Amino acid sequence: MTKGVMTIDGVTVEIGEERNVLELIRKTGVELPTFCYHSELSIYGGCRMCIVEDDRGGLIPSCSEEPRAGLVIKTNTQRLRRYRRNILELLLANHCRDCTVCGRSGACRLQDLARSFNITNIRFINTALNPKTDLSSKCVSKDLNKCILCGDCVRVCNEIQQVGAIDFAHRGSRMRVSTSFDIPIADSSCVGCGQCAAVCPTGAIIVKNDIDNVWRELDKKDTLVTVQVAPAVRVALGQAFGLADGENSMGLIVAALRRLGFDRVFDTATAADITVIEESREFSQRLLSLQSMPLFTSCCPAWVNFVEKQYPQLMPHVSTCRSPMQMFASLIGEEYKNCGQRHVHVAVMPCTAKKYEAAREEFKVNGEPNVHYVLTTQELAQMIHQAGVMWDDLEAEGVDTPFSVLSGAGVIFGVTGGVTEAVLRELADDRSSTGLKKIAFVGVRGQEGLKEAKVTVGGRELAIAVVSGLGNATTLIKDLLRGARKYDFVEVMACPGGCVCGAGQPVAALPHRAARGQGLYAADRLSSVKRSEENPLMSILYNGVLKDRSHELLHVHYPGRESHSSI
Amino acid sequence: MSQEFTTQVLDEIIGAHHNSPSAVIAILQDIQERYHYIPKAAFTPLSRRVGVSEASIYSVVTFYENFSLEPKGRFIFKVCDGTACHVRKSMPILERLRKELALTSDQVTTPDLGFTVETVSCLGACGLAPVLTVNDKVYPAMTPNKVSALVAELKEELSHETN
Repeated sequence: MTKGVMTIDGVTVEIGEERNVLELIRKTGVELPTFCYHSELSIYGGCRMCIVEDDRGGLIPSCSEEPRAGLVIKTNTQRLRRYRRNILELLLANHCRDCTVCGRSGACRLQDLARSFNITNIRFINTALNPKTDLSSKCVSKDLNKCILCGDCVRVCNEIQQVGAIDFAHRGSRMRVSTSFDIPIADSSCVGCGQCAAVCPTGAIIVKNDIDNVWRELDKKDTLVTVQVAPAVRVALGQAFGLADGENSMGLIVAALRRLGFDRVFDTATAADITVIEESREFSQRLLSLQSMPLFTSCCPAWVNFVEKQYPQLMPHVSTCRSPMQMFASLIGEEYKNCGQRHVHVAVMPCTAKKYEAAREEFKVNGEPNVHYVLTTQELAQMIHQAGVMWDDLEAEGVDTPFSVLSGAGVIFGVTGGVTEAVLRELADDRSSTGLKKIAFVGVRGQEGLKEAKVTVGGRELAIAVVSGLGNATTLIKDLLRGARKYDFVEVMACPGGCVCGAGQPVAALPHRAARGQGLYAADRLSSVKRSEENPLMSILYNGVLKDRSHELLHVHYPGRESHSSI
Repeated sequence: MSQEFTTQVLDEIIGAHHNSPSAVIAILQDIQERYHYIPKAAFTPLSRRVGVSEASIYSVVTFYENFSLEPKGRFIFKVCDGTACHVRKSMPILERLRKELALTSDQVTTPDLGFTVETVSCLGACGLAPVLTVNDKVYPAMTPNKVSALVAELKEELSHETN
């Protein structure tokens, strides 16, 4: 049954499944400006940029109006332009105006709109309160001088992630985004997922930047700088250079990193293969002992933080496996510890929480971190720009030995469900290619926030859950604690969609996220080694550096692990 | 004097509201009634019990003028400064009160936690203007001199209580 038609700027439009007038307007090819509207968040209706005029001269905020038959609206009139300009001017009135030194310059929606509305003068005196920037977190910084109170960060933190680290505090002209009692972000329940920075339309919350530190290391003559690149980076970095989302540019990234001066370039997917082997072993052991079931994956640092802060009693469930980044860092550290030079290791990650993970005490050897600096995908793109490396002139190159072999299983770690699929390939009884295909279709692939699968391994049916987004993880944990669900294996990635949608990646709209996941599956299809165990490098490593040392180098003891838990 | 904060009292209050997240404001009101303010120590247990983040509770507490994060005095003066009270000279009453107790618009509570002086926008008792309340007891048709006498009386009462 049709829901009728609406008239938008003289064009008749049929009403479909759109939740609000704004979505319908966008479908007609008009991109109304917004600050506070995100399709995956609740509707706030705060910024008023999306107002439209109806045929009786009434003003409607289109984001919070349901489409209804017979509605006649205009989206671009003299009056609306004037109001939008006014809103922008008022937002800028108490906004820091130092655009040139802002971390979001060039990617700021407020700046963009101020430019497109030709705002050259602000009639109001600047009443910015000038509060101090909160630099306490390793992952993000918060500068309230640039906050426009759109609430995007608050809603993503509370609704999508259910972390609840921030909310609005006070009211009226004193209103601000704040932690409880305005404590530093690092001391709050923040897990460092960075989704607040990903949705922030201005520079109020931005990802911490380590570029200058890395340049300094690259400049030092007596320092060997090694770098690892996470799977998810290869399908997103290209976006900054005009490639389509999902296009695999690993070869070009390797070439670019060498041009920037990195001495050795490695692919984190290699370490993901080790993670798969270790995690599969741990899972098999737990299946026998049935202790601390289900097993939670431990690759995602924001997820580990989340369990530590919100559900410390569940820490025994978290796998003792280090994340692929940390496993690799241990191995690379071992490889170059006697290289005769100072060795610095850098990781390029799609993730902001990795910056925190890198600084954790558990991953320091003699006071030195295994990963000295974490660069996000966006930071690497910025470095390539800074150095003036012409992306289009790069020719794809391969990673360095001795860690140059990887399997498809390692590559798909970057997408939600990838870790689970890789572990299942390892455990599955049927090792034929049809067996592989079966695993791909048990239900672990796809962008849904919570996926469930049943797989039979060794005559036993295993219940598996794959979760992305910490809000979905919270729902699952509550069900586990109530006994409403029961699983053997639970994969959690803090960012909705998995690492490909991490907060360190170039920002992408929903459809593009799926493309990035597809890009990783395509890389997997092209790889000749599908199972981690079949990666020929593994036997070399396990008979070499890892002999009798796999626990020391590949596992971690987070505090709280010794406590006992029963779900 | 407000009592020491205990989680037992908090548990009773939250329990009376069935741990409901939608009852956060009512729970906060009960806490404030008991302690005359919202103790910081209440935030973590309250957040865990009702499943509302501490930041969101802080948001509610700082939004409503009526909630206080600072300990308040044994006697809380609320001087009405609504239109009717204002034109019938509530300001001199407020000034006298602050002078008697050595308080200001920023420092609203005496260091011994004996007295708190606040203004309210309207008590809805304009016929009694200028009006003030002390711990919900209404004092109508006040003057600066009457206020001085009242303060002396309450100070006396306070010294008996503490002895």
